[in-house]
Parts: sequence; structure tokens; C-alpha cells
Amino acid sequence: MNTPVWPLLLGRFEWRDLPFVRAILDPSASNLVGAFAGGLVVVGAIVVALVLTRYGKWRYLWSEWLTSLDHKKIGILYIALAFVMLSRALVEAVLMRGQQAVAINTPGFLTPDHFGELFSTHGSIMIFFMAMPFLTGLINFVMPLQIGARDMAFPWANSVALWLTAGGAGLMMASLIVGQFSTGGWTGYPPFTEVAFSPDVGPDYWIWAVSLGSIGSTMAGINIACTLYKQRAPGMAFMAMPLFCWTSLCTAILMIFAMPPLTVATALLALDRYLGFHMFTNDLGGNMMNYANLFWLFGHPEVYILILPAFGVYSEVVSTFSTKELYGYTSLVLATMVIAVLSFTVWVHHFFTMGQSANLNAVFGIATMTIGVPTGVKIYDWIWTMFRGEVRFTVPMLYALAFMMTFVLGGFTGILLAMPPLDYLVHNTLFLVAHFHNMLIPGLLYGMLAGYHYWFPKAFGFRLDEKWGRIAFTCWVVGFYLAFMPLYVLGASGMARRTHEIFDPSFRPWLYVAMAGAGVLFCALGSLFVQLVVSIRNRDALRVFAGDPWDGRTLEWSIASPPPEYNFAVVPNVDGRDIFYRRKHAEHQAPPYAEPYAYEDIVMPRNSASGVAIGVFAAVSAFGLIWHMWWLGVAGAVVGIAALVTRSFGRDQHRILLAADVAREDRRWRAALAEARSISRHTEMTTANQGLAER
Amino acid sequence: MIRRECMRLPVARWGVSVGLLVALGGCSALGHGFLAAAGPVATHERHLFLIVSAILVFVAGPVLLLTPLFAWHYRLGNADDAYRPNWNFSWWVEALIWIPPIGIVVVLAVLLWTWTHIDDPYRKLPGAAPIEIEAIALDWKWLFIYPDEGIATINQLAIPVGRPVHIRLTSATVMQSMLIPRLAGQIYAMGGMTTELNLAASRPGQYLGKNTQYNGAGFARERFTVLALPGAGYQAWLGRVHAAPRMLDQTNWSAVAQRSVAPQPVFFGTVQPGLFAHVLAKTGGSDSAGTMHGMPMTAKDAR
Repeated sequence: MNTPVWPLLLGRFEWRDLPFVRAILDPSASNLVGAFAGGLVVVGAIVVALVLTRYGKWRYLWSEWLTSLDHKKIGILYIALAFVMLSRALVEAVLMRGQQAVAINTPGFLTPDHFGELFSTHGSIMIFFMAMPFLTGLINFVMPLQIGARDMAFPWANSVALWLTAGGAGLMMASLIVGQFSTGGWTGYPPFTEVAFSPDVGPDYWIWAVSLGSIGSTMAGINIACTLYKQRAPGMAFMAMPLFCWTSLCTAILMIFAMPPLTVATALLALDRYLGFHMFTNDLGGNMMNYANLFWLFGHPEVYILILPAFGVYSEVVSTFSTKELYGYTSLVLATMVIAVLSFTVWVHHFFTMGQSANLNAVFGIATMTIGVPTGVKIYDWIWTMFRGEVRFTVPMLYALAFMMTFVLGGFTGILLAMPPLDYLVHNTLFLVAHFHNMLIPGLLYGMLAGYHYWFPKAFGFRLDEKWGRIAFTCWVVGFYLAFMPLYVLGASGMARRTHEIFDPSFRPWLYVAMAGAGVLFCALGSLFVQLVVSIRNRDALRVFAGDPWDGRTLEWSIASPPPEYNFAVVPNVDGRDIFYRRKHAEHQAPPYAEPYAYEDIVMPRNSASGVAIGVFAAVSAFGLIWHMWWLGVAGAVVGIAALVTRSFGRDQHRILLAADVAREDRRWRAALAEARSISRHTEMTTANQGLAER
Repeated sequence: MIRRECMRLPVARWGVSVGLLVALGGCSALGHGFLAAAGPVATHERHLFLIVSAILVFVAGPVLLLTPLFAWHYRLGNADDAYRPNWNFSWWVEALIWIPPIGIVVVLAVLLWTWTHIDDPYRKLPGAAPIEIEAIALDWKWLFIYPDEGIATINQLAIPVGRPVHIRLTSATVMQSMLIPRLAGQIYAMGGMTTELNLAASRPGQYLGKNTQYNGAGFARERFTVLALPGAGYQAWLGRVHAAPRMLDQTNWSAVAQRSVAPQPVFFGTVQPGLFAHVLAKTGGSDSAGTMHGMPMTAKDAR
């Protein structure tokens, strides 16, 4: 069981690398959990395949979704991926909280290495395969609609970026079924992740999964920025863009400049592990401090990559649901830009304790606190947007309010951590863990969920169930406070993060509360799935075909829900912010749903399987490299590159939609629009809402 | 043991707020952390914690008040308030949301600069000449060498109360981070490099020290005790270690450096001089076979 099975073909694979074999050889709780998780992935994949076969949906899935270059479908696929990965990483969090709650002066039910895998996959997934796909998907879906574009600047590259990310996520899932994941945390600090200390496949899984994700994100960043620079509707000046587009732009710029240092860091670590280089080893000139700098040169801007899109969502949501113009648009744009620039000047605060001089620490500490100013300004801008408005407490607005009040607490502890002397005390403790969850749960997750509720009717043509939305919201908020406030106390008491066994019985009550919080967060996730099922079953009652359920302000609400493939039958002319709202409410000479004078042929990209091929075979190649199945590494790379070359020689990559067909589809929607009942804002959360706002 | 330490907490010294905090959580969790500081460095850092927290109340307070207030008062159902859908800018509000935060950050920056320099872990503490300690991080234990005494211990660090302590750290394995929360902040220990930490204990007691940087299966059990002893007790402790039969030199180094947890402290009555420099030069443990690659490295200083 401890020898490679067939090295030439299967590399370093041993039977023990299968969690099922481990569970049979040694049926401990830890191994059973591992085998169950692996089994869940296998059974889940089989069930999905059977269902698709049973209902004959393979062709539909392939031609309508997987190979589509439509930015909306790519966006939705990104978000579906994010939900799958969120589910896994949240379950892992519950397991870790469970382990810590029981492992007080006893070893608990997970082995130390299994616990190490859990915190490493939890962090890596939440950052690279939950947060990044979610925000990229949301930008993908919403941003072109908001700027009056028909697609992204590079529709095919968009598909490649999606599939590279999915390939990375696939490797994360594969690590459940064969082998084990890294125990080096989501940061993968060497020398711990070097061959000398971690000779197993774990760090290689981490390296390749993260590398594929980071390359995908770099491509997504370039695509988003170019779309915003070049594809805006006529008349849409930069300062007329909705704020979500501004935050998307800043996020994209950060992606372009911040992801490459990560790709370089993981590539150098790969050179160490595969070719015996000494970039970050202890000996022969290696220096792990270089890794720490490269990693956090990515890692800190990454925080703002994660948070800025949510800030954009909140700007849209607070303005829409306060029935009022956004307060201080220029301030918000300026603050976003300042945050984006400053985010590159603070990375050292992730290792104040590395022994550099007081001057250096002080400079980076002050730079860190400086970011608090534009961030605070943003919060106040949203508060003043509500001032003298008419606030409606829909689910997205509830998330926005919970965000403002929770995020400020994270900012509070963030300033504490920015003080190097205080960081010395609580760095690497649960105080830090509490802090960054306190930033990212309201600052990312609530924002993404607000966006999901807000734009779901746009994507699918029906609203999400309000009651289950509120239940999920309550669970996310209550669960957050229960799960993370105790961690501040434990961190201030000196409890190190990533501790799988506890020797201080006085920590017990706090760990129990945190465990309960994790349970509530699990219910929150469950409520979201229940909400989705309930909403799909009630979709006829929840239908908002007219397209504007929230009395929206920006262009995406001026078209049908779901929008046609080409988004706009005729590309709109824009002459300022909130153009659709001003037209609806007679603040503009043009009416909101004016029928175009003429329709024209529209050129759209054809579907392409090459994006799928590149992503899948990149992952296959990486899998070969992880297991030292060199033939597979080479074969995967060859096929992936062949797909790229084939695509670049392809000629027939576009198709033309005839003006007559566009006109027919558009008139059909206009006929439905004329039939729709308009509603006042008091009844928008009822089934009376058909997506037409009262004027 | 925990209970006895609680009696000695400086309830009166740090005002009502800490007093309450420690009294409430006294014998429980917070008594293990820096809020129950037992040395000048941690006490000074706790002082900063309290000042900054007090200032930050004025940062978080308005948001926590205004958000629910505005949201509720300007709700759709309330017909009594003014509705100004096109109001979107005011220089007064702009001044209010930019200038006070900038002012607060300036004040905090002054505090940060001052405190960072005073609490620089490399800065020697005032008072008598410090006790010199060389700490080597191992998997999963800490080795403390007393170069002036020629002795060493594993997982027990005794220091005389009131006397400054100067620790030089390196790692014979992966990066680790040494934290003794009740005495001082943490600093990384890295292979081939030295870092420094200055601390002192102002009261006798037993304080927990640990590695906070994950380093594998034994991580959670990598804990050591700091014994802060009065002068006579410290001399007695030194005598006990000197009397220990075990010795530590290059020949038995690889056995000591093996990956293992040390449940009980280990004493070495004799230590080969220059062992710290030897470990530093060879960055032992980086090679799984235990042999060192040729080429001795010059010790890099983290500064």
C-alpha cells in the first residue's frame, strides 16, 4: 500500500492516496470524514451526470451554457461555481469549529494533518474559488448591461478565463478524491511548503490550483478594463458610469497588476519543488522573505479586489432602495481610486513581525491607516444617500445596512492591527482571523449576496423569494456575530490560529459560541438553497418580465428580463447618470421605453469549445505534474495549446442576427410591457410586481 | 496555577476599564493574553491598545448610530420626513466626512510612530545589562541557550524578575513565530537569519509562550513555559540546570533537532560554545536527509 502502483503510468500514486483505502485500513473518525467527503464528490458527479442523461440535457448544457461566449451566461456560470465552492468551504469551516470545540485537552476527531488540510482548502477556496468567481461573475453579468454594451471586449478570452478558474477549482475537488491537500495554509509560506518539509502532493495541488486561478483572474481583469474603456454606449462619459462600473474598473486594474506577483511566487515555488531550485529554501541562498513580499504584493491588493465590487453593489443598492440619487458620486469615485492606489503601498503590514526596522513598520502602518479615510468616506456617502430618501427594506438593502454596521467594527480592529506594537501581540492569533472575516463577510459575501438578490430577476426573469431571503439574511448576520466575535476574545487571550488542539479550558465557552455561530452560518447557506428551490417553483408568480422590478436607475433595467443575447436591440444613447430613472420620472425629455426608429443586423460571437478545452486540459496537465505522471503533464499541455492554435486559425467565429428577427423579439417584449401592470414601491415585494415601475 | 495568578493581577494599576475586563474575564480566557500584561513591554503595548480603542469609538460610533437612524427615519412608510430625491452633494457634508477622519488618522499616525519606535522589539530595555538568550525554533519545541552560562533548555525559559532579557532567535527548521502574550509581542524566527526580541517580566509567575506560525502536526503542542523568578530563585534554577548531566553539542544536535514534541522540559548542563552560530550557518533541518549541503552560508541578518 506504500509503494507507487505503476510509476511510469501513474507517477507517485499509491493505493493509500485514495481516502477510501485509508478509511478501510484505519477507520478513524478523521479518515471516515475524508472518505465521506471524497465519496460525496464522486457520488455528486455521478448523480449530476445521470440526471443530465435522464433528461437528455447534455447537448443543451454544452451548446447553451458551457461553450457560450455570452457574457451573461459566463457570469452566471462563474456564480454557480462560486456557490458550489462556497458550500464545500463552509462545511470545512463547520468541521474546524467542531474540532476546536471538542478538542480541549483531548485530540478531537480530526488528525492534525487533516485539520491542516481543512484550513488550507478553506482559505484557498474562499479566496480563489468562491470570492473571485463570484465577483468576476457579477461584473461579467452586470457591467456590460450597465454601460450599454452587447458583450465584453474579448468574449473568447472571457470563456478561457472562466474555464481556467474552473480547472483550478476542479483540482481543489480532485484533492478530495486522490491524495491530500497542502497543510501550508492559503498563503503557502515556504520553507514549510518546500520539498524538505512537505514532500507530498499537497503543496503541488495548491500551487497549480492557485496558478490556474490567478492566470484566469489576470485575463478577466484585462477583459473587464478593456470593456470599460472601449465598449461604453455613445455618450457615456466616465463620470456618467454607474458606480458599480467604477469599482469594477478599479478591481480590474488591481487584478492586472496584483495577480502576476502571485503567479510569479507560485511559479518560483514550483521551480524549487520540481527542479531543485533554492528560491525560498533555508539553505543555498534561498530566502523565504522574498516569497512573503511577492505573495503579499499580490495579497494586499487582493483584499481590495475582493471588496471593491461589493462597494459597487452597495452603491447601486443603497441609491435604488433609498429612491434617491447617490450622494457624493465624485467623492465615491475618488475614494475608490485612492483605495486602489494605496492598496499597493501597505503589503508589509502582513509581516510586521519579520524583524524589519521600526521606521519601515511605522511607514507601512501609517499607510494602512490612511486607507481607512477613503473607506470611511464611502460608508458616509451611503449613509447620506439615505438622508431624505425613501428607504425600502428589501433583502439587498438589509445586506447593505448590515454591512455598514458590521464592516465598521472590522475597520476598528483593522486600525488596531495597523499599529505595529499591537500587531506584534495579536498577529497569527484568532484576533487576526476574526478581523479578516469581519472585513470579508460583510465586505465581500454580503455584497455578493446583495448583488445576487438584486440582479437575479434581471438574469432569470423572476424575483427570489422574499421570506427565505430574509431568513437567510438573518442567519448570515447572527451567525457571523456568534462565530467571529468570540474569536476576538480568544485572539486577545493569545490563542494562535490554525490550532487543532486546545489546552486552556477557559477558552471552552468562547469556542462553543463560535461553534454555534458556524452552525447558524451553515443554516444560512441552506436557506439560500431553499430560497432558490422555492423561487424556481413559484417562478410564475414571481415573474418580472417587464424587466424593472426595483424602479432601477441604470441601463440594465431598461431591457427585458432575462435580456436577449445581444442585450440591447438598439444601442442606447446616454447623456448622464441614472439615465433610465430620469426618463421614467419625467426629468428627461425622452420617454423611458421609446421604440427605436429602425433595427439593424447584429454581429455576435459564435460559441466556442476551445475555451472549455484549454481550461480542462490545463487542469489535466497540472494534475499530471502534481502526480509526476509526466506523460499526462505533456499530453494535457499539448492538447490545450493545440486548442489555442486551432482557435487562432478559425475564420468563421461570428454570426449575424438579422434585423427582422431582432425587431420581432423586441416588439414581442414591448407588447408584454404594454400589458404589464405598473406598481408603486409599496408593493414591490409582492407578486403584483411584474417589473414595471409606477411613474 | 491559573487561579493563583489571577490573584496577582494589577487590578488597581490600569484603571477601571481594564480592571473590570480582567475581573470579568479574570480567571478565564483574557487572563492569558496581553490584557493581563506582566511585563513592561506588554504593559506599554496594552496602554496603546486602550488609547487607540478609545479614539476609535469616535470613528465607529457615528456610523453605528447614523446608519439605523437614517434608514429608519427615512423609510418609505414614514410620510413625515422630507423627500429630496435629487439632493446629492453638499460641501458641508463633504468637509464633515473627509476632514475629521483625516484628523483622526494624523493623531493616530503620531501615536503609531512613537509607539512603534518605543516598542521596537530590537530596542534594548532600560535598566541593568540584559540577560542574553539564544532561542532556536525546532519542530516542535523551543531550544533556549544561555551563552553566558553555557547551559540550555528545551521548552522552559527562566528569567529573573525585573531584569531585561535580550533574545536572539533563529530557526533550525521552517519559519516560526515566538509569542509570550503576557510579556511582549511576537517575532519570527527564520532559518539562516537572526531576529531579536527584548522583554522583561515585572512580576514573578509562569507565563505561556508558544509558536504561532503553523509548522505541521505538532504545532498545537509547541508550547513552553516562561518562569519569571525572583533573583534567588533564578540563581537556584541556574544551579539546577548546571547540574543536569546532559550535554548539547554538534554530535547529538541532529537527535535534538528531530521532529518531535517535548512534553516535559529538558535541561542541558553543558552546551558547546558557538552552537547558535553553527546552526545559523548551516540552517540545519533544511535538508531532509540531515546532511548539510557544502557551502556554509554567511549569516544573514534580517535587518
